[in-house]
Amino acid sequence: MIYLDNAATTLHKPKEVQEAVIAAFGQMGNSGRGASEPALKALGTVYDAREALARLFHAENASEIVFTANSTEALNIAIKGILDPGDHVITTVLEHNSVLRPLYECRRKGVEMTILTCDEYANISYEEMEKAVRKNTRAIICTHASNMTGNMISLESVGKIAAKYGILFIVDASQTAGVWEIDVQKYGISVLCFTGHKGLMGPQGTGGMYVKSGVKIRPLLSGGSGIDSYNMHHTSQMPEALEAGTLNGHGIAGLRAALSFLEREGMERLRKRELELMRRFYNGVAEIPNVKVYGDFRTDRRAAIVSLNIGDYDSAEISDELSGRYGIVTRPGAHCAPLMHEALGTKIQGAVRFSFSHYNTEEEIDEAIRAVKELAEE
Amino acid sequence: MKKREKKIVITFHTTTDAMAMERYCKKRKEPGRLIPVPGTISAGCGLAWCVLPQEREHLLKVMEEGDITPQAVHECML
Repeated sequence: MIYLDNAATTLHKPKEVQEAVIAAFGQMGNSGRGASEPALKALGTVYDAREALARLFHAENASEIVFTANSTEALNIAIKGILDPGDHVITTVLEHNSVLRPLYECRRKGVEMTILTCDEYANISYEEMEKAVRKNTRAIICTHASNMTGNMISLESVGKIAAKYGILFIVDASQTAGVWEIDVQKYGISVLCFTGHKGLMGPQGTGGMYVKSGVKIRPLLSGGSGIDSYNMHHTSQMPEALEAGTLNGHGIAGLRAALSFLEREGMERLRKRELELMRRFYNGVAEIPNVKVYGDFRTDRRAAIVSLNIGDYDSAEISDELSGRYGIVTRPGAHCAPLMHEALGTKIQGAVRFSFSHYNTEEEIDEAIRAVKELAEE
Repeated sequence: MKKREKKIVITFHTTTDAMAMERYCKKRKEPGRLIPVPGTISAGCGLAWCVLPQEREHLLKVMEEGDITPQAVHECML
């Protein structure tokens, strides 16, 4: 099998991630629930992971890192916990449904929404973004990289607009956390939502959010926190304010190991490798007659994703052929990014997404190129 | 049960803050350990840092240097 669906989840993880999860079973109690040795072992592991994430994203301190099950949960907490009826929010057609659907829910409750469209390369305009700012604009919410095209949005450009108008800046870093440098202080990010199982190479069921000190978010959940139990209200102290209930301690142990791996190996080196592989694939398929590639490949400042179509074939059909005949795993369809597909005119056809990892090899890429060529010629 | 002695118990706003204290003190080889918050301070669970009375001033100074803010500092018979 050649696994090229790393934008959905990275299949190959560092060995130490698996070992850390296994070791956590039988050693870790419930984080923050008492001072027994197993409970403190869990709390220490969770704390170390918070610190590693704070270092990764350049947060001021570990208390600005909140754990969630995934990006979707983090984005729901941020969007529903910040916006009020009457607020205006700016977002883009690049977004995943984990941004769009919570926003649509808010819109039904009276939040106004501007959705920025894109150009032929699937990029947004920062001038249009600034023009969209209104008196009641509360936040700009955007992805760092499209999960369909791999195109990136400049955090620096958006951060400047947010700072200029005193607007909150909420980022979906699902495709870039653990791959691209994200400095929350430099870019003026208010909330950064991430998942643990993609570029960070941790277990599924891990994720979280950076919340800048002072940014107030209404919690989605209340309940057990391990502190102040006779208070009728859940604690308002961060990060526990947004972490009601038992954390995924075993998963977070794996995530912590993944973060150690990233620190040791160097994010830049790993990113360079996966972008080399992406470029090799792009160069191999872009000129094949009947193949149409989506997105902006004039730059390597992007996520390692190449989405394409062959003629007017249904993307599901192509993906199925790639899997059945060549053992190549890709993702067809809409990729939970409906507005991106509408903007690119691929709503009916979908697109076949190839997404790469530094664990892939040149041989795998060449085999995928060969497969696309053969299918395009048939 | 062991004989009770006077101890200094430092509480925190969150368990994350309590663990930050533990990691900080462990790294600097400072005295003390995490304990469950005694019921005489709060019946609501949580973690606290416990040291001997003679270590109080030194530890508070160390915490200030490390920018660690306690919720409260108590004297308890433990």
